Amino acid sequence: MSLLVLQSDFRAWLETGSAQASSAFAPEAQPGLLVYQNNYRASLMACLEESFPRTLAWIGGRAFRSVAATLIDARPPDSWSLDHYAAHFPVALAKALPDDPEVAELATLEQALTEAFVGPDAVALTADDLSHINWDTAVLRLVPTARMLTVTTNAAAIWSALASDQNPPAAAALTTPAQLLIWRAEYTSCFRALDRIEDELMGDMDNGIAFVDVCRRLISALGHAEGIMTAGNWLGRWTTDGLLINIA
Amino acid sequence: MHSFGLGLRKPHYTEFLGTEVPVDFVEVISENFMIDGGRPRDILRQVRERYPVALHGVSMSIGSAQGLDRGYLARLRALVGEIEPLFVSDHLSWSSTPGFNSHDLLPLPYTAEALSIVCANIGQAQDALSRNMLIENPSSYVSFAQSEMTEWEFLRAVSDRTGCDLLLDVNNIYVSAVNHGFDPVAYVAGLPLDRVRQVHLAGHSQGENLLIDTHDKPVPAPVWSLFAHVIERAGPVAVMIERDDNIPPLTDLLAELVMARALLPRKVAA
Repeated sequence: MSLLVLQSDFRAWLETGSAQASSAFAPEAQPGLLVYQNNYRASLMACLEESFPRTLAWIGGRAFRSVAATLIDARPPDSWSLDHYAAHFPVALAKALPDDPEVAELATLEQALTEAFVGPDAVALTADDLSHINWDTAVLRLVPTARMLTVTTNAAAIWSALASDQNPPAAAALTTPAQLLIWRAEYTSCFRALDRIEDELMGDMDNGIAFVDVCRRLISALGHAEGIMTAGNWLGRWTTDGLLINIA
Repeated sequence: MHSFGLGLRKPHYTEFLGTEVPVDFVEVISENFMIDGGRPRDILRQVRERYPVALHGVSMSIGSAQGLDRGYLARLRALVGEIEPLFVSDHLSWSSTPGFNSHDLLPLPYTAEALSIVCANIGQAQDALSRNMLIENPSSYVSFAQSEMTEWEFLRAVSDRTGCDLLLDVNNIYVSAVNHGFDPVAYVAGLPLDRVRQVHLAGHSQGENLLIDTHDKPVPAPVWSLFAHVIERAGPVAVMIERDDNIPPLTDLLAELVMARALLPRKVAA
């Protein structure tokens, strides 16, 4: 038996635990094979439980582990990083619990916060930096960990309550979908809701947007005085939030 | 001169960064820091300013017939470049087949084919990292009838062919010896001890039929005894307590290091 075939047979055993898969190995190997299969499933289960503590708290261990076991049965890990396996869990939750959409959205938010936590470093602009910028030519860009997430439920409020050991609200659908901005400020992952205009601007800031265009669009939407004031307020908030880099 | 260190684990970050912990080095799990950025990388940079750091991998999968993951190697190379580690190590085991990664240290049959594959993979890794690796003996729960040599003969051949050094996990020798019925002293006698650069000490648990390498308990008496046998015969090595679960207070692990020092042969204990 070549090494490739042996490893393929071993994989089949880990994935299925079936008598057919174990028959590729000697009878005396069976106790050891059980150890490896237990390790395989336990490490994936532990990975999911550690990656989604709020989701686990929200739906309880029994429901959580049932969906996790279904995912483990259906989808083996294929990356060297165990953390990458967690990215599949929100989709598995959406499929398993279609009548409870807040669960998958809560898990998606947790996953996004985790990804931001280990995302690329960047030096965010400070208020002091702003005084040296030519605003006629300045182009705004977001820190590389920033991403937007659409939610249709109050998953964000549930996350916040669970994270602060408060009683979470009952699950509820939002009257209209909301956009959440997720990013890392220094070493802390953050999120907040965006209003419609800020959401549109953030989308464009991924690739860089001229500050004069920000002003133009706000003036168009809100009128001259309020548009200019809003641009100034948002610039201040984006800076305080640690969202901006490389104004050039 | 022997040196003594600990595996760096999250509950002890504050003590390692805020106090002078009496260790000669720390070891971290490479994959935990093969990330783009954020606090973990920053903590590692701070730790590196205070202590030599060994990088210990669990996912290179040097026994994979499919070869190594180039993306993995590139990330490890970047980390090595930044940290300038004392050692870079991984296990004599495999984890991945095409489209699959078990995230476990799976056993190899000790055949000529496996030897050829392992040596090619180690050669590729050492070329990519521009440095020698340390290869660690695994604990295992299955052995293969098709094996053509013992694990220690296999390790010797790997070291001879690739020039790699060895990380000797004394607990793993003991666990595998009990599980497979070989003599741990014969294992040690068969190794090229002059290639051993690092030693791991850890605990294990009794499973239903087998000893399990759990790293969740203090180093037990039989492992201390085997360590005393090893250290009497090895050259200068970096000795480390490896605890991965049920992490105790740092003082408990430092007490185990005191025990390790006490077991040094008299001639080098001073």
